[in-house]
Amino acid sequence: MKKIFGILGLLVTVFALTWILEPRFASAYNLQNIIRWTSLFGIISIGVAFVIITGGIDLSVGSLIGLVGCTITLLLADGYSIPVALAMVMALSLTIGLLHGLLITRIGLQPFVVTLCGLLFYRGFARWLTHDQVQGFGSSYEGLRHLAIGKIPLTDSFSIPIPFFILVFIGIIAALFLNRTIWGRYLLALGRNEEAARYSGIQIERMKILAYVICSGTAGLGGILFALDVNSVQPAAHGNFYELYAIAAAVLGGCSLRGGEGSILGVIIGAAVMRVLYNAINILGIPTQLEFAIIGAVILIGVIADELIRRMAANRRAARES
Amino acid sequence: MPLLQVHGITKRFPGVLALDAVDMAIEPGEVLAVIGENGAGKSTLMKILAGIQASDDGEILIDDTPVTIDSPRRATELGIALIHQELNLCDNLTVAANIYLGREPRTFGLIDREAIHQGATTALTQIGLNIAPNTLLRELPIGHQQLIEIAKALSTQARVLIMDEPTSSLTSEEAKALFIVINDLRGRGVAIVYISHRLSEVTALADRVTVLRDGQNAGELARTAIHHNAMVSLMVGRNVSQYYAHQPHEAGEIILQAEDLVVPAWPEHPLNFSVHRGEIVGIAGLVGAGRTELLQVLFGIAPALAGRVLIDGEPQRLHSPVDAIRAGLALVPEDRKQQGLILEMAVADNIGLPGLHRHHRMGFADYARQNADAEQLIQRLSIRTPDAGQIVQYLSGGNQQKVVLAKWLALDPRVLLLDEPTRGIDVGAKEEIYRLMEELAATGVAVLFASSEMEEILGMSDRTFVMHEGHITGQLQRADLSEEAIMHLATGKAA
Repeated sequence: MKKIFGILGLLVTVFALTWILEPRFASAYNLQNIIRWTSLFGIISIGVAFVIITGGIDLSVGSLIGLVGCTITLLLADGYSIPVALAMVMALSLTIGLLHGLLITRIGLQPFVVTLCGLLFYRGFARWLTHDQVQGFGSSYEGLRHLAIGKIPLTDSFSIPIPFFILVFIGIIAALFLNRTIWGRYLLALGRNEEAARYSGIQIERMKILAYVICSGTAGLGGILFALDVNSVQPAAHGNFYELYAIAAAVLGGCSLRGGEGSILGVIIGAAVMRVLYNAINILGIPTQLEFAIIGAVILIGVIADELIRRMAANRRAARES
Repeated sequence: MPLLQVHGITKRFPGVLALDAVDMAIEPGEVLAVIGENGAGKSTLMKILAGIQASDDGEILIDDTPVTIDSPRRATELGIALIHQELNLCDNLTVAANIYLGREPRTFGLIDREAIHQGATTALTQIGLNIAPNTLLRELPIGHQQLIEIAKALSTQARVLIMDEPTSSLTSEEAKALFIVINDLRGRGVAIVYISHRLSEVTALADRVTVLRDGQNAGELARTAIHHNAMVSLMVGRNVSQYYAHQPHEAGEIILQAEDLVVPAWPEHPLNFSVHRGEIVGIAGLVGAGRTELLQVLFGIAPALAGRVLIDGEPQRLHSPVDAIRAGLALVPEDRKQQGLILEMAVADNIGLPGLHRHHRMGFADYARQNADAEQLIQRLSIRTPDAGQIVQYLSGGNQQKVVLAKWLALDPRVLLLDEPTRGIDVGAKEEIYRLMEELAATGVAVLFASSEMEEILGMSDRTFVMHEGHITGQLQRADLSEEAIMHLATGKAA
């Protein structure tokens, strides 16, 4: 819980600073954009958090988003109905997650290696499928695109983007799963100490596979939404680096790469920090070449502050007990 | 004249007085055993001597000259070397490189391999270890690695050698080799501070014993006064004639039966044995005799290659701990920190983990019930913890071990397997764990425990299997149980 206050503090600080420096930041249009993109990144970050909680990593998320974007447009162009096309890309994503999980648990490969190969493979495959041609939905499928770009009016001037509701729905399910079900407890336990979890009768292989399936599943859903949002999927670039944004959001949100720790709300706030930063760089007129440098620096400062605060708290507790 | 003297050393930690005006002295060529229950302050005292921690009060004298030891480097300069319980060696480097790690002789900034080789050869000769200095450390057995630690200490010209539980991971052969080295060092005037829970070793080795209790000097025993009971009563501060609660049990029908069971580590020796309801069966043997491997097969950690296990006459498929738990088995594993507990989780969550799947509603865990059950077990096992939400790693070793037991008691196992149930825990907690084993046996649970502590086997078991290199070399009924009989079988001689 304390960790969430830390990341929330970072979000508020960046938000407030940007707002002071550039009042246009708080315009309805801009805020709606931030919420929409936070929601899309939040969804994929939640999946990545599950894998990180088991002590693993998934580097293939961005490429999978690219592959899903290409596949769904191709399927629709081939005349498949919307439900069938959606079901097919979701099935593809879940199968990919299952495959990652099986390679990691049954063959014993390292998650980094398996998903790095995935990162390369899905990107290459997407480019080959599309002959590197930009894909899109054109002007048909406006109804479907509503999922990503639609809004529900809240007041006269402010509307809430639909992806936000999808994020809330997924976030609630994920938080219930992680904190209230026995499987969530098993994931946290095996992330802390895999051997002890095994000795306690937990089926760790199944649980790990489940985590990779969840991760690829949210990446698949995110992939659909991202494609609907931009309506122009460049096979070589769509989704590039998104796995790193998702990992950064998860880490900012309190997941330890050592495993066994994480909160869904924290991860969502982490994703928001990433998007607000990105937006701030644009709206404040900071040269976009600096984008990565600034995001990297802020994350670094954030985790250093978190570590220092944790040490101070530990010292205070030690002092109180004496 | 004492080589090293310690006067009135005091060390406060938040909430505890770890050392309260402790005195200690050691002569050249003397083996001083420092004993005490866990938490008595032995490790803290040694860390102060080795410059790892600073004392709050008191003085340290070397050759009657007061010294300050403010860093490990200073301790080395003063000739004090501490050999930790866990080896501090890099197993990817050679023996010579390990001996000189951190103080490599250099020429023009490059490591002088020749000097290292020669220095290491000398150090190895001193401890009578005939191996090439360029052997990779990981190729040596653990006993030799321990000796390398000593060689490393000697090569720094150490005059005081502090050994913290040096035999805890050695086979008895390796321990014997270590004792020869220690005796040799004593002959050459090195002062040795020997810390051990193994009182038989202390009896065999020590010239003098200093006993610590609750951070204070509890007493000293001269060579002629070093007896097991004298040491134990000083350590616990009371007389412990009723150390073991053992009463013979009326064994019921067979509950666990192994038929031609083939353990992966020892495929050439199929094992046959049985355990009865309400019986406490010990598995004795030297380190590496295959006891842990056998228990792991029974618990499904490393499935058997062939043969079968019957519970109540029903053949069981034991391919994972999940299968074993379903069959009514439970294992308190050898390494409680790595295998028994999730240290960063709360007491109640650890206790509840194996049973979580028994009470859930569509996957939603019943934490209210888990916590209530945990509270009961905390009471029943008198686990000393501020509350059920305390993080397990802040408990003492004995209480941690009781949490591991509580995990399994919550599931009402029919066969309880324990691997070194009292390793590294203090006398009081040991007693409680023994009492618990007795209680369980009295309710009809079959208890099968492996132990390296002779006293535990002798005190607790109704029947004992002795293992040697993967065989069961013999079975001893309680009436036939003696240290000699066990050692005879444990060293591979037929009964």
